Amino acid sequence: MVADVVRDTERVPAKVTVPARSLRGDLRVVKVVWQREMIRFARDRMRIVVALLQPLLFLFVLGTGLSSMVPAGTGGVGLRTFLFPGVLSMAVMFTALFSAASVVWDREFGFLREMLVAPVRRGAIVLGKCLGGASVATVQGVLMLVFAGAVGVPYSPVLLGTLVVEMAVLAFALTALGVMVAVRIRSIQSFMALNQMIVMPMFFLSGALFPLIGLPHWLTLLTRINPLTYAVDPMRRAVFAHLDTAPGQTLRPGVTWWGWPVPTMLELLVVVLLGVAMFLIATVRFQKAD
Amino acid sequence: MPDAAVISVAGLYKRYGEIEAVRGVDFEVTAGEVFGFLGPNGAGKSTTIKMLCTLVHPSAGTARVAGHDVVRARDEVRRNIGLVFQDPTLDEYLSAEQNLRFHAELYGMPKAVLPARSREVLEMVGLWDRRAGLVSTYSGGMKRRLEIARGLLHSPRVLFLDEPTVGLDPQTRTTIWSYIEQLRRLEDITIFLTTHYMDEAEHCDRIAIIDDGRLVVLDTPEALKAAVGKDRVQIQTDDDPAAIARLRERFGLEAAVHDGAVTFSVAGGERFVPELFAELGVPIRAVNVARPTLDDVFLAHTGRTIRDAEASATDRMRGTLMAMRGRR
Repeated sequence: MVADVVRDTERVPAKVTVPARSLRGDLRVVKVVWQREMIRFARDRMRIVVALLQPLLFLFVLGTGLSSMVPAGTGGVGLRTFLFPGVLSMAVMFTALFSAASVVWDREFGFLREMLVAPVRRGAIVLGKCLGGASVATVQGVLMLVFAGAVGVPYSPVLLGTLVVEMAVLAFALTALGVMVAVRIRSIQSFMALNQMIVMPMFFLSGALFPLIGLPHWLTLLTRINPLTYAVDPMRRAVFAHLDTAPGQTLRPGVTWWGWPVPTMLELLVVVLLGVAMFLIATVRFQKAD
Repeated sequence: MPDAAVISVAGLYKRYGEIEAVRGVDFEVTAGEVFGFLGPNGAGKSTTIKMLCTLVHPSAGTARVAGHDVVRARDEVRRNIGLVFQDPTLDEYLSAEQNLRFHAELYGMPKAVLPARSREVLEMVGLWDRRAGLVSTYSGGMKRRLEIARGLLHSPRVLFLDEPTVGLDPQTRTTIWSYIEQLRRLEDITIFLTTHYMDEAEHCDRIAIIDDGRLVVLDTPEALKAAVGKDRVQIQTDDDPAAIARLRERFGLEAAVHDGAVTFSVAGGERFVPELFAELGVPIRAVNVARPTLDDVFLAHTGRTIRDAEASATDRMRGTLMAMRGRR
């Protein structure tokens, strides 16, 4: 035994044994994939600024410009205040779906293969990606919260906390949606084109820009099957609950199913369940990917 | 050890639709060997390496790597192998160190060994000083070296190098080979590599030549070259016609003038040269003995040069594509 130890006098390389797969190992994979997304987000300051630009345009330019047309209908609540939750969801949505593009990006630049050949559970990689994108998108939403005061939304800790949680739920669901789409797409151009096809309809049909009350039937139906609707509404309820002036009847939030008002918790549950479902589909699709 | 084979392959076969990429190959790789898979592009090298790395399912046949079946025990195989692909698989937005750390976490390496092991592999490929630099600032050669370092990080029993030097300049290629040489000295590792550069195959302990999905021959470079036989000798003399005549009379060798030198083939050229000086009788100004190259070996076994083989592989692929299009 002793002879074995002193056998190599020149140099003994540090010997590594790769352990068998375990839950702890899976968690390390989730963590490091998540960390990588965070490192890349922090490095890319330009992306953070650009991702803020579009929501800010909607909030301050569209919101201010249209204000003069709708003073009668807002019932004491500024249009920008009304738009704020919608614009938060927009910031989260854009960032979350853009983050999912990193899967396609990794494939194009080869890094995906490094992950695919490792002795790890593919679900751990997908979960890391989803949590990474969700964190990045939530941070982006938090940056938008800075502008709350400028549009008459109070900086109440309870309100801000509620909004952050709701944004995080939305961010996870949307990143999972993006990853689910991204795992089988090979070029970043196709992904971006597909993204555009998803993003704009989802945004316009979510109630982010207008109240969901008194719409024609076809539009009511489309807004009710849009997952984003169930994330915008809770955020708007939270914001309106913290305003001094009560909003007019036409602006009052609330999604209804055949006349039944859906409670906030159920709305959020819808978003969570959709997120989990899309994560599971993404994992299955990723397992078949090469 | 009773069984020293680290890789054993039996009847390995892969078909993609109509195309038979690998048509049943058998071979064994011994522990500690540098084993080269040599063949033209499209011969089935990459498909074979992908089957051994568990990335592609064989259509038939079996392969065991580090004692585990590549189909039934995929994760066990993966834990025991390191991979360096033709195409880059680094994250350019991370530093070299961060790339290594990512790899260590993926492979569940014990945290305590990581700093020492990272340093070791980075020093081996000469990147320790550049460890904090973003990979996007690296040259092509540095990236390939980092990939090799990363492939080694988890102390794999087998390192697979798929065309490790493709696309690199000659100087960098030489450097990569010196790392591979160093590696086999320092680490307890088996190296399986593919190449279509004849000169690079010479670095291997044993070479398998693959052509058109079949294993043509498998042996040491020396034995392969010896089987081809004769060396080519070129001499510059003061009187070429006299030298040619004397070679025929005294040694029974047919010589001719090529490229301004008297050229002939003889077995064991190096040992023949002293004899030549002693007995030719014509003053010799310069001698050049060329050993047979692996190019000659490939030619002898397949009846064509590697260049011809690559051209015909491309044609075949084009033909198949045309046929598929025509059918539609």
